[in-house]
Amino acid sequence: MSADFLYGIEVIINGLMAGVLYALVALGFVLIFKASGIFNYAQGVMALFAALTLVGIMEGQVPFAHLLNAIFGTDIHHFGWEVPALLAIFLTVLVMVAFAWAVQHFVFRHLVGQEPIILFMATIGLAYFLEGVGDLMWGSDIKTIALGLPQGGSFWVEDMTASLGGDDFYGFFIDKLDMVATVVAIVLVISLIAFAQYTKQGRAMRAVADDHQAALSVGISLNYIWVLVWSLAGIVAMVAGIMWGAKSGVQFSLSLIALKALPVLMLGGFTSIPGAIVGGLIIGVGEKLFEYTIGAPFLGGATENWFAYMLALIFLVFRPQGLFGERIIERV
Amino acid sequence: MLYREAGDFKTSYEADNQTFPIAFDRYRYWVVLAVAFLVIPFMINDYWANAIFVPFLIYAIAAIGLNILTGYCGQVSLGTGGFMAVGAYACYKLMTAFPDTSIVIHIVLAGGITAAVGTAFGLPSLRIKGFYLAVATLAAQFFLVWLFNKVSWFYNYSASGQINAPERFVAGFAVTGPNTAPAAQYLICLVFLTLCALIARNLTRGTIGRSWMAIRDMDIAAEIIGVNPLKAKLTAFAVSSFFIGISGALFFAVYLGAVEVGEAFGIQKSFLVLFMIIIGGLGSIFGSLAGAAFLILFPVAWKVLAVDLLGWPTDLVVHQQFMLIGALIMFFLIKEPHGLAQLWRLAKEKLRLWPFPY
Amino acid sequence: MKMKTLAAMALAGAVASGPAVADLVIPDLSYRTGPYAAGGTPFSDGYQDYFNLLNARDGGIGGEPVRIVECETGYNTEKGVECYESTKGEGALIYQPLSTGITYQLIPKATADEIPIHTMGYGRTSAANGEVFNWVFNYPANYWDAASVAVNYLLDENGGDLNGKTIALVYHNSAYGKEPIRTLESLAEMHGFELSQLAVDHPGQEQKSQWLQIRRERPDYVLMWGWGVMNQVAVQEAANIGFPMENFIGNWWAGAEHDVTPAGDAANGYKSLNMNRVIDYPVLADIQSMVHDAGNAAGDGSHMGSVLYVRGMYAAMLAAEAIAKAQEIHGVADVTPAMVRDGMEALEITDARMGELGMEGIGPEFSVSCADHGGAGQGLVQQWNAADSTWVPLTDFISPDDAVIAPLVAEDSAAFAAESGITPGCL
Repeated sequence: MSADFLYGIEVIINGLMAGVLYALVALGFVLIFKASGIFNYAQGVMALFAALTLVGIMEGQVPFAHLLNAIFGTDIHHFGWEVPALLAIFLTVLVMVAFAWAVQHFVFRHLVGQEPIILFMATIGLAYFLEGVGDLMWGSDIKTIALGLPQGGSFWVEDMTASLGGDDFYGFFIDKLDMVATVVAIVLVISLIAFAQYTKQGRAMRAVADDHQAALSVGISLNYIWVLVWSLAGIVAMVAGIMWGAKSGVQFSLSLIALKALPVLMLGGFTSIPGAIVGGLIIGVGEKLFEYTIGAPFLGGATENWFAYMLALIFLVFRPQGLFGERIIERV
Repeated sequence: MLYREAGDFKTSYEADNQTFPIAFDRYRYWVVLAVAFLVIPFMINDYWANAIFVPFLIYAIAAIGLNILTGYCGQVSLGTGGFMAVGAYACYKLMTAFPDTSIVIHIVLAGGITAAVGTAFGLPSLRIKGFYLAVATLAAQFFLVWLFNKVSWFYNYSASGQINAPERFVAGFAVTGPNTAPAAQYLICLVFLTLCALIARNLTRGTIGRSWMAIRDMDIAAEIIGVNPLKAKLTAFAVSSFFIGISGALFFAVYLGAVEVGEAFGIQKSFLVLFMIIIGGLGSIFGSLAGAAFLILFPVAWKVLAVDLLGWPTDLVVHQQFMLIGALIMFFLIKEPHGLAQLWRLAKEKLRLWPFPY
Repeated sequence: MKMKTLAAMALAGAVASGPAVADLVIPDLSYRTGPYAAGGTPFSDGYQDYFNLLNARDGGIGGEPVRIVECETGYNTEKGVECYESTKGEGALIYQPLSTGITYQLIPKATADEIPIHTMGYGRTSAANGEVFNWVFNYPANYWDAASVAVNYLLDENGGDLNGKTIALVYHNSAYGKEPIRTLESLAEMHGFELSQLAVDHPGQEQKSQWLQIRRERPDYVLMWGWGVMNQVAVQEAANIGFPMENFIGNWWAGAEHDVTPAGDAANGYKSLNMNRVIDYPVLADIQSMVHDAGNAAGDGSHMGSVLYVRGMYAAMLAAEAIAKAQEIHGVADVTPAMVRDGMEALEITDARMGELGMEGIGPEFSVSCADHGGAGQGLVQQWNAADSTWVPLTDFISPDDAVIAPLVAEDSAAFAAESGITPGCL
C-alpha cells in the first residue's frame, strides 16, 4: 500500500481520537441542555475550574492564598501535604456537586421558565464568575496534572504496523493518552446511559428532559434533577479537563476547549448523547483529513478551526436540527 | 411632576408617532445631544477619549447593529468580530487605495462591503434556527479571521501582518493617525453613532422593523400573514452588518490605528458585543448604548477605584472584575431578565405616577 | 447612563489630578491574568524587583527614587491603550509594552507624545532602524536576528553546511508567528536547506495534524515560534512522536520553565534561544536580601531566577542604565522622557559594566546609535535539563547574519516611512 494512503488512514485514526476528546467536552453541554434547555456556555470554564481544583487539592494549595496574603499581609501558599490522586478526584467531585447545588440554588432556580437566550446569558455570567473565582482560588500559573496518565506514542502499534508500507512508512502513530481518553469516554458514556436507563434518578432525569410539567405532576423534583445534571456535567467537565490538561498543563486556555465542542454539538444535535459522540468523531476526522489533503498542502494550513464549523454548517443546511437532534416541529 | 403626558397635546399624526411622546423626554434627549456635541468635545483629553468615550461610542454602534439582528429579528449571531474585521480591512484597503477620497466615504463604503459579506453569511439563517444558527455564524467568525490572516493582499503584503491607519483629515482636522486631537476622534465617532442610532430607530419602527419583529416573535406565523422571511432575514443581516462594519472601520482607523486581525477581532469580540446587547436589553436602541456603557465603564471604574485609590494588586483586581461582572450579569438577569433597558422603562413608568402612585 | 458616566468621570478626575511627585516614573504594563499570565508574571516581577533593589540599595537612579506604576493589560490591546493613556500623564519615562499588539498601538502614539518605547525581543522588527523609528528601541535583538541566530547555530552544529537538510518551522498563525518566515526563506536560499512551514491556529491546543506531518516528513530540525498554550502542547507532541528533542529549538518566547514542565521528563533536551543568559547572578542575592526579605517583592516572590524573571530584570537594568546615561548627558537627575530617549540612543553596555552590576554576561555587549536601535542582535541557545529543572546555557552569544537582516530591515522601515510620511533622520 502506498505511504500516502497509509498516512491518510493514520490521520483518520488520529482524527477519531481527537474526536473523542471533543465529544468529552460536548457531552457536558448535552446533559444540561437536554434536561433543562440551558445552553451552558460555562462548560469550558467548568472544565478549567475542575482541573484547577483537582491539581490544587492534590498539591495541597491554600485556596485564595493570593487574596488572603494581600489582605492580611501573610505569606501562605501551601498546606504542606499532598493528597493522593483518587482522594483528590473524589474531593473534586464533591466540589463540583457543591458547585452544581449553588448554581441551581442561587441562579437557575430563579430563572425557571425564562427564554433560552436569557438562560444562555446567565451561563455567560456564570462563566465570567467562575473564571474569576478559579484564578483567585488557585492562581494563574500553569499547573501539571500528576495523575500518572501515560503519554507518548505507542511503540507497539508503531512496530506492528510498520511492515504495512514501504520504507517511507513508519507505522501508525497513536498517542497513549488518546487511547486512555477513548477508554474513559466509552466507560463514561456507557455508565451515563446505564444511569439514565436503569436507575430511578436516571429515569426521572429522562422524564424531566421529555416534559418538565408532566414530570413535575408525577412528583419528580425538578430542583433535585437539575442539581443532578449539573453535577454530572461537572464530573464530565472534570474528566475533559484532566484529559486536555494532561496535554497542555492546566491553564487558562483550557476554558477555550468549549469552542472545539460547539461544532460537535451543532452536528450531533444539542439533545443527543450518541449525537455528541458521533458528531465528535465526524468533526475530528473531517478537520484532520481536510488539513491533510487540502488545508496544509494548498491553503497554508491552520484550517482546522474554521473547517470544523464549515463542516457542521454544511450538515445543518440539510438537517437543521443536527444529525441526532429532536425533530423541530413548529406549530402556529 | 414634570414627567407626564398630561397637558402635552398632540394635534397631528406625526406628533402622535414621535419617538419621545413625553415633553420631558424630548428635552432630555436634546440636552444629552447638546452636552455630547457642545460640552464634552471641549473638556475631553487623551485619556477620556481613548479609554472611555471612543471605545464606548464604537461598541455602541456595533451593539446597535447586533441588536437589529438579534434583538429585533431574533437571529442570534456570534460572527460580530469577523464582520468588524471585514469593516476594518475594507476601510484599510480603501484608505490606502484611494488616499484622496474622504475617510467618511471609506467608512461608509466599508459598512456597505460588510453588509454584502454579512448577507452572504446570513443565507443559512433561512434554514437554521436558534442556537444552531448562533454556532453557524461562528463559522463566519473563524473563517474571516483566518482569511485576513492568511491572504497578505488584505494587509498590503506588509512584513508585520498588521494594518496601520495612515493619517486622514475631515474638514482639515486629523481624525486618524497619531496626531489626532481627542475631540476630533470623539466627534467623528459621535456623529456616526448619532446617525446610526437615528437610522436604526426609524428603521425599527417602520415596515421593515415590524417585519423583523414578526419574524422574531414567530417566523412561521409571520410567513403566514405575508411577511417574506427571505427578505426580512436578509435585510436584517445586511443592515446589522452595515453598522457592525462601520464600527469595525472606526475601531481600526480612529480608535486603535493599528490592528492585527486575530487579536483585535477574535471570538472574544463577538461575545463581548453579544453580552452588551443582552445586558443592555434586546430589541432596544437605548439598551445597546446602556450595555456598551456598562461593559466599557465598569472595568475602568473598578480599576480606578481598586488599584488607584485602594492600591490593591492589579491581578487581584482583574480577577475580582471578572467575578463582579459575572455576578452582576446573573443578578440583573434574575431581577430583570430584559436588561437595563427594561429597568429604564420601568423607571419611566414609575416616574409618570410619581409622587402619587396608586 | 449619563449619571454613571459623570460619576466615573468625577472619580477618575480625582485620581488623575493626584499628587505629582518628582520621581522617575516607570510604568509596568504587565499581564498577570488571562491566557498568558504564566509568562507575564515572572517578567513583571523581575522588572519591578530590580527597580525596587535600586531604590533600596542606591536610593534610586542618580539619587532620584524610582516609582513604578503597574497597570494590568491582560495581553489585551485595548486595555494596553487604556494603561498607556492613564500612565503617561504621570510622567512615564519609558514604556516596555510587553506585547506586540500593544507595541503597534503605541509606536505612533508614543512618537507623537515623545516618550521612548523599549521592545526587547518583540514588537516591530524594523524599529531597529532608528532613523525612521526615532522613539522606538528594540535592542538587544529582534525576531529576524533570532531566526538567523538559530540557523547560525545549526550551521555550527553541522560543520557550516546545511545543504540538503530540512528545517520545519512550527509557528503561531499570527503576525508574531509569521515574523521569521521572510528571514528563514532568504537563509534557506543562501544555505541550501529546505524550509517547510506549519501554521498552528490560535490558541494551539490541538496540534495533532502538524506533528503527524512532522512525523511523516522527518525534518532534521524543527524551529518553533510559539506562544501561550501552544508551547506546552508542542513540546508534549514532539515528545509523543519521538522527535529528538535536541533538534527542536524554540524561540525566546518558547523557552521558559512553564513551557516545558507540563511535559515532565519527556521535555528533557528541548532547546530554545535566549537573549539573556540565565545563571545564578550575584544581583539575585541582593534582590533576595534587600527586596524580598524586606517584604517588597513584586508578586509572590516564587519566580526568582527563572528565565523570564531574569529577562524582566535585564530589561529593567537596560532601562536604568539608559536613565543613568540620560542623567549624565543632560546633567540633571530628574530627567524627562525626551532625555531618556537620548540616553537610550547613547547607551553602551559592556561586559565590565554588567560585571559591576552583578550580572556578568547576562546579555551581549552592544552599543546603540541613532541609525541602529537594534543592538547586537545576538542570542544564545539553552537546553532544558528536566532532572534538575533548569535551563542550561549551551553556547555563548551567537551573532546573526547582518548581511541578510539589514536589507530586510531597511526595506520594511522604508515602507513604513513612506506609508506614514516620515522623513528618516536623527533627532
